[in-house]
Amino acid sequence: MKKINKTTRSNLITYGMVIAMFVIMQALVSAGRISSLLQGLLVPLCAYIILAVSLNLTVGILGELSLGHAGFMCVGAFTSAFFSKCMAEAIPAAGVRYVIALLIGAASAGICGILIGIPVLRLKGDYLAIVTLAFGEIIKNIVNILFIGRDENGFHFSTKDTLSLGLSMDGEVIVNGPQGITGTPKDSTFAIGMVLILITLFIVLNLIHSRSGRAIMAIRDNRIAAESIGINITKYKLMAFSVSAALAGVAGVIYAHNLATLTAQPKNFGYNMSIMILVFVVLGGIGNIRGSVIAAIVLTLLPELLRGLSDYRMLIYAVVLIAMMLFNWSPKAIAWREQYAAKFRRKKQKEV
Amino acid sequence: MKLKKALCVALTAALAVTAFAGCGSKPSDQENAGGSSPDAAAGTEASGADTAGGTIKIGGIGPLTGGAAVYGIAVKNGAELAVKEINEAGGIGGMQVEINYQDDEHDAEKAVNAYNTLKDWGAQAILGAVTSAPCVAVGGVAQEDNIFMLTPSGTAVDCVKYDNAFRVCFSDPMQGVESAKYIGDHGLATKVAAIYDSSDVYSTGIYQAFAQEAENQDFEIVAAEAFTAESKSDFSVQLQKAKDAGAELVFLPFYYSEASLVLKQAAGMDYKPTFFGCDGMDGILAVQGFDAALADNLIFLSPFTPTSDDPAIQKFVTDYQTAYGETPNQFAADAYDGMYAIKAAMEDGNVTSDMSPSDICEAMKASMVNITIDGVTAKNLTWEASGEPSKEPMVVKIANGDYAVVDDADAEGAAADGAADDAAESVIGTEAAAE
Repeated sequence: MKKINKTTRSNLITYGMVIAMFVIMQALVSAGRISSLLQGLLVPLCAYIILAVSLNLTVGILGELSLGHAGFMCVGAFTSAFFSKCMAEAIPAAGVRYVIALLIGAASAGICGILIGIPVLRLKGDYLAIVTLAFGEIIKNIVNILFIGRDENGFHFSTKDTLSLGLSMDGEVIVNGPQGITGTPKDSTFAIGMVLILITLFIVLNLIHSRSGRAIMAIRDNRIAAESIGINITKYKLMAFSVSAALAGVAGVIYAHNLATLTAQPKNFGYNMSIMILVFVVLGGIGNIRGSVIAAIVLTLLPELLRGLSDYRMLIYAVVLIAMMLFNWSPKAIAWREQYAAKFRRKKQKEV
Repeated sequence: MKLKKALCVALTAALAVTAFAGCGSKPSDQENAGGSSPDAAAGTEASGADTAGGTIKIGGIGPLTGGAAVYGIAVKNGAELAVKEINEAGGIGGMQVEINYQDDEHDAEKAVNAYNTLKDWGAQAILGAVTSAPCVAVGGVAQEDNIFMLTPSGTAVDCVKYDNAFRVCFSDPMQGVESAKYIGDHGLATKVAAIYDSSDVYSTGIYQAFAQEAENQDFEIVAAEAFTAESKSDFSVQLQKAKDAGAELVFLPFYYSEASLVLKQAAGMDYKPTFFGCDGMDGILAVQGFDAALADNLIFLSPFTPTSDDPAIQKFVTDYQTAYGETPNQFAADAYDGMYAIKAAMEDGNVTSDMSPSDICEAMKASMVNITIDGVTAKNLTWEASGEPSKEPMVVKIANGDYAVVDDADAEGAAADGAADDAAESVIGTEAAAE
């Protein structure tokens, strides 16, 4: 047992944690011992965990601050919802349709990641953050002026209004500008979400601990040194960025197939969302994948479980956020925790 | 490593606690749904005091925080005022009414969370959601659970897509169609310009229906100019285009805060067409620092005018002002009527507090088409099975810095002018005091 190396053990703990969470929740759901609120939160939780883990790849491993993560999520959400809505009759099997939707969402977000990445990854630090922020806003605004309809003559596009689509009588409007897409089939389930989390973790953890991952981290730690030993900077940066974008697209697919309506509001696909994902990552620990998972769970549940406090809940949420940040990251708090942990360990050893 | 482990343990503990917190609320859920366990009986007795019929739980969903909070809070207040009155008058068929309002932050996902919270609480019918996108999302899940839903102000078409959903307000397309018809029928103009908010569901919904109906009417849309939520402070470009196109009437399907700027800027460039708005225009005279003279001859469709001389409306407005210190807007009025509609439908369907939400939904669905409400937003308000209300929109025209209802009985409107003047004064007075 002692032979398992440290990283493998750490990874196994992460997988084990997710699987344990799935088993516990699934048991509670099947026993009916779970509140509707928590049950309704399970699927969004999966999306947020994937978002946090994927952003950690950009922020923690690649070391670039991205503020446009919600933009990639938006791309994934809208392309997949568009596909599912169009194909709802053509492919009646929800499973098959959902898998294709996932692939489409991931691919489109990944392609956006590459397209944005090529020019943007030449920038560093604040500049990159601002450009990604702008990207997220552009995506949101484009979606808000997009009108797509379908009738027997095929698809009609417009950026003006539904009238200029020129649909025939039995045509239907699929993407309706600011009203977005309504009536996406509700295909996301907790089980699928959990499988996707495991796949995401598998991709990210394996990438980190592979040769490519070490190259990416070398770029983060010292770009010049990495370049001097022959690492292809653009290639590895793009790799991390596009994988991160594609995974955000997957989260978007889960999000879109969980709600009856999909609109691009500042709240769900604007910079507010990007910052919220960043908060998950920072709170969980930059570069710490398991931390991202836990932070995403805690911070998604917190405002909902505080509903009892009604008007004060947002205030309490903010205060708790500050307290948690201090507890996690202030040097004094870290020293205190270490001291306490050492004392605890000694006591344990004495007892043994 | 050890440090991380300790942290990990702490956070997992937190997670476990939250999971248990979730479980903890389950028993109460069962009590509410079943109403048979001894605990539940004790609970209802405690809260229902001396009533025999038990308690009916109504859940409300709306934005109580964030940018749209003004609508959510108005609905909450309006509904609570109605609940208070109903309870004082003996409740719904002897049952006391309890209302629980949950915040959705004007977000579809949060609205579903709010809905699930209400389900755990034991809500037997839903009065919500307030805004359109959250309403559509809640409609999707409420339909699966078969819970009755009445939205006071969700105007998008899809809000009442399922048969368990009804609404109090007009739908977006209906307002657009009615506006176009009114302009056409009364020959207000031959060249019309429209300015709308392309980033807003409400505004685009109305505009699209308006443009569609305009083709059947005797006027022509000579300019259709859009703006977005990010650029809603300067309308000079849109107005200039309307002016250049020779529009005699400008259609403004959006809220009064932006409309007040449009009127001001139009006056600044000496452009004086007729302005025509929808129900969002209600409240324009109360805007701080707005010269009421600019709004003269502004016409808009509205389901509710606080200055009306109708005794029911006057009572509602006075009660609302005493309770919350401000004049009710149409959202509060819609919620007030909505609550009475729920009462009427429950009484018609012989709903009792021990019925399951799904049975209540079935009973109320059938009853909604039978009931008639004399509310503050309309007289003889009835519903169709599709969920749409059937009521006539009131046309309001601003004259001499005051709202006046334009209807066939003109004499009535003139008589009310004096009283209405005072009320309008007090509106502005309270607004100023609130600032």
